[in-house]
Amino acid sequence: MSAAPTSETKPAPPPVETLTVKVDDRRVTVPKLSPDHTGKLVPTTMIQACFAAGTMVPHYCYHPKLPVAGNCRMCLVEFGTPALGPDRKPILNPDGTPKITKSPRPAIACATPISPGMEIYCSTPSVKQMREGVLESLLINHPLDCPICDQAGECKLQEYSVDYGQSASRFVEAKVHKPKRIDLGPRIVFDAERCILCTRCIRFTRDVAGDDALGIVNRGSYNTISTFPGQPFDNNYTLNTVDLCPVGALTSKDFRFQMRVWFLKETKSLCTSCATGCNVTVGSRENRVYRYEPRENEAVNGPWMCDAGRLHYKWINREDRLKEVRVRGEKSTWTAALQEIAGKLKSAPKGSVAIVASARQTNEELFLLKKLATRLEAITDSVPRLGRKDALLLDADKNPNTNGARLNGMCFTEVGINLSKIAAGIESGQIKTLLVFGENLLQHGVRADELAAAEITSETVQKHGLTAELLSRLETLIVSDILPGPTTLLAHYLLPGCAHVEKRGTFTNTKGRVQKFMKAIEPPGDARPEWEFLLELVQSVAGREDLRTLEGLFNRMAREVPAFQGLTWAGLGDTGTTVEI
Amino acid sequence: MVERVIRRIRPIRRITQQMIVERKKLSLWERLYLPAVIGGFKVTLRLFFRKKVTLQYPEQRWMVPDGYRGAPYLVKDQEGNTKCVSCQLCEFICPPKAIKIIPPGPAAQLADRPNAEKMPLEFEINMLRCIFCGYCQEVCPEEAIFLLKDWSHVGTHRAEMVYHKEKLLALGGTHRGLQKWKHKLEEAGNQENFPVKP
Ligand code: SF4
Ligand code: SF4
Ligand code: SF4
Ligand code: SF4
Ligand code: FES
Repeated sequence: MSAAPTSETKPAPPPVETLTVKVDDRRVTVPKLSPDHTGKLVPTTMIQACFAAGTMVPHYCYHPKLPVAGNCRMCLVEFGTPALGPDRKPILNPDGTPKITKSPRPAIACATPISPGMEIYCSTPSVKQMREGVLESLLINHPLDCPICDQAGECKLQEYSVDYGQSASRFVEAKVHKPKRIDLGPRIVFDAERCILCTRCIRFTRDVAGDDALGIVNRGSYNTISTFPGQPFDNNYTLNTVDLCPVGALTSKDFRFQMRVWFLKETKSLCTSCATGCNVTVGSRENRVYRYEPRENEAVNGPWMCDAGRLHYKWINREDRLKEVRVRGEKSTWTAALQEIAGKLKSAPKGSVAIVASARQTNEELFLLKKLATRLEAITDSVPRLGRKDALLLDADKNPNTNGARLNGMCFTEVGINLSKIAAGIESGQIKTLLVFGENLLQHGVRADELAAAEITSETVQKHGLTAELLSRLETLIVSDILPGPTTLLAHYLLPGCAHVEKRGTFTNTKGRVQKFMKAIEPPGDARPEWEFLLELVQSVAGREDLRTLEGLFNRMAREVPAFQGLTWAGLGDTGTTVEI
Repeated sequence: MVERVIRRIRPIRRITQQMIVERKKLSLWERLYLPAVIGGFKVTLRLFFRKKVTLQYPEQRWMVPDGYRGAPYLVKDQEGNTKCVSCQLCEFICPPKAIKIIPPGPAAQLADRPNAEKMPLEFEINMLRCIFCGYCQEVCPEEAIFLLKDWSHVGTHRAEMVYHKEKLLALGGTHRGLQKWKHKLEEAGNQENFPVKP
């Protein structure tokens, strides 16, 4: 036994120290220390112990990912600790249980650390009374705008008032009126009357987004949230304060008065605006997407997402979406077009086909394209899309699935390196057939104005020079896209594809996390998910395979592509799995 | 293949056979036919000399009692403003989904009234779907929709039976109720100036 076992070279993590407390007669064991919003270990609080015991404690200002403020008092609970005798030993009751001294005063559960043997009481008559009192005080000057308030339906003030409040108001005096419809910044409207001054928005923008933009001004019942005079509240994360705000004080200008939230169907999905792959919930109704909201995923985005990604959904509902299969400009059908394409590809000599895939396609689609490319011995690549990066979430790579394209072998470490080779191939007449997926080749794939010189990874990207003149030399140009563009105009075969909210699939993010997204709405017109028609195409070009469903396709990919080894569609769950990249 | 189908059908046949009801044997009196006809005539004669209950519709119209639930219409307040604020509760509660509201969105015109912030861009009630249950009136927090006494709805095609906002408002007339948004604004105006505006 001389070989040192490699797995034991790492020291085992130290055993987690735990405490046992009682929440409403239920005993729970929780770690003594828990991570705070920065991940530092701090003493576990009563509210965390209560949540661990499955007891709901109403709270406004507490948020697990923000520093604790303890200002709303909604989370007041009663508690007791074991009584100690003069010898510092617990005094025992006659039946042998430790004697508990109930604290004479309540405590806020969100900021009070637990101690061994503590008992927390969340449902005593006085706790009930305290909650009623806090709610009554919050509602004293509240305008009760619910019919015109965007928050209605997901408002914590409404919810807690129903669950814990009184049924009628005793307040007969005139309410203090505060300013309404304040323009806080380019994306946020603020209603001072509705604000309950929980300071979640202030803490978020100061401690998470790193932009100390908001604060409280005035005194007493005139307290209100404000920016610095003349400074708009404008960073790439402002809309997270709309999610955080427990009431309708901060509302999104984009979503304002668009749809009541209770009508929105929620679909688990991903943001496609950069390679980070933030998890989102798509809110849609009657085939229209109304909003994206971040969906919590500890391994990717936590509970946040950036404004740019959140607002990048409007093109999905655009009127000029591609809705028809077109063969040389004429409307056609899927069957006819796919048959023709399959015939052309089958008879194409080896090496005369090139495929430009998109790093906006799903892993499954790229896998199918790779199968096609292998069969046709085609030269392949994808188009890079680079932009600004920031310290929190935003990634410089604006393609959601660059790693998926790499792992499937459709492009290489330096994305776009083959594009100039393809251009040269067309020029020399060697490449006669080109398949393009979701990319406008004439735009070089990169928006020069968005590029900071330092972030250009490759000179070739700028210089590959695929021009309309070159594309018109092709014998067959097959284009699948979602929106019309210069390349789709040149296509001999135009296949309308789907936005990601219209299909299912998986993306591999910048850190190699494979995550799946679900279908929220139906595609318009004849548009079909790319994987569906690609599967048909692969089957008619490269021979039958027993694949019909997306799940099957993913599992097949996981078996055949080494990087995805061991993954299953079901095993991905809602938050995905990380693979080696 | 055929056997499999037969195996499936057999139990069904067995059940249908059990369900056949035997026809009852009629007595002589019942088979005579005429007594039943005479019985029918008797009813006709009795009602012929009673007070008439039918109306000469459409010249004569039925006066419906109070509390009758006719067609739901939108109302305006005493100053001629749209009362509905597009909260969409009626759309939500409506059992047959007869109501369709298009909210104004951020860019559209704000409400007629200064403080109410919004009103529907479009409000449709499909009178062919409506079951006149009155839930919309009951749920409305703004007293903006009422079931009036209209009970006769005619149209020459389906699209005509979808009443749009303008039509609903015109038919609904005025409702003199609380003007809560106006009162809020007045109350705010009477208060001392807000120290520092955000
Ligand atoms: S914040 Fe909540 S309680 Fe207040 S008006 Fe809006 S929905 Fe109603
Ligand atoms: S605006 Fe919302 S999040 Fe900010 S303090 Fe007021 S209630 Fe809290
Ligand atoms: S009366 Fe009933 S069915 Fe008719 S619109 Fe109102 S809620 Fe819908
Ligand atoms: S009629 Fe009443 S319930 Fe319906 S949207 Fe308008 S205000 Fe809301
Ligand atoms: S949640 Fe504890 S004081 Fe606000």
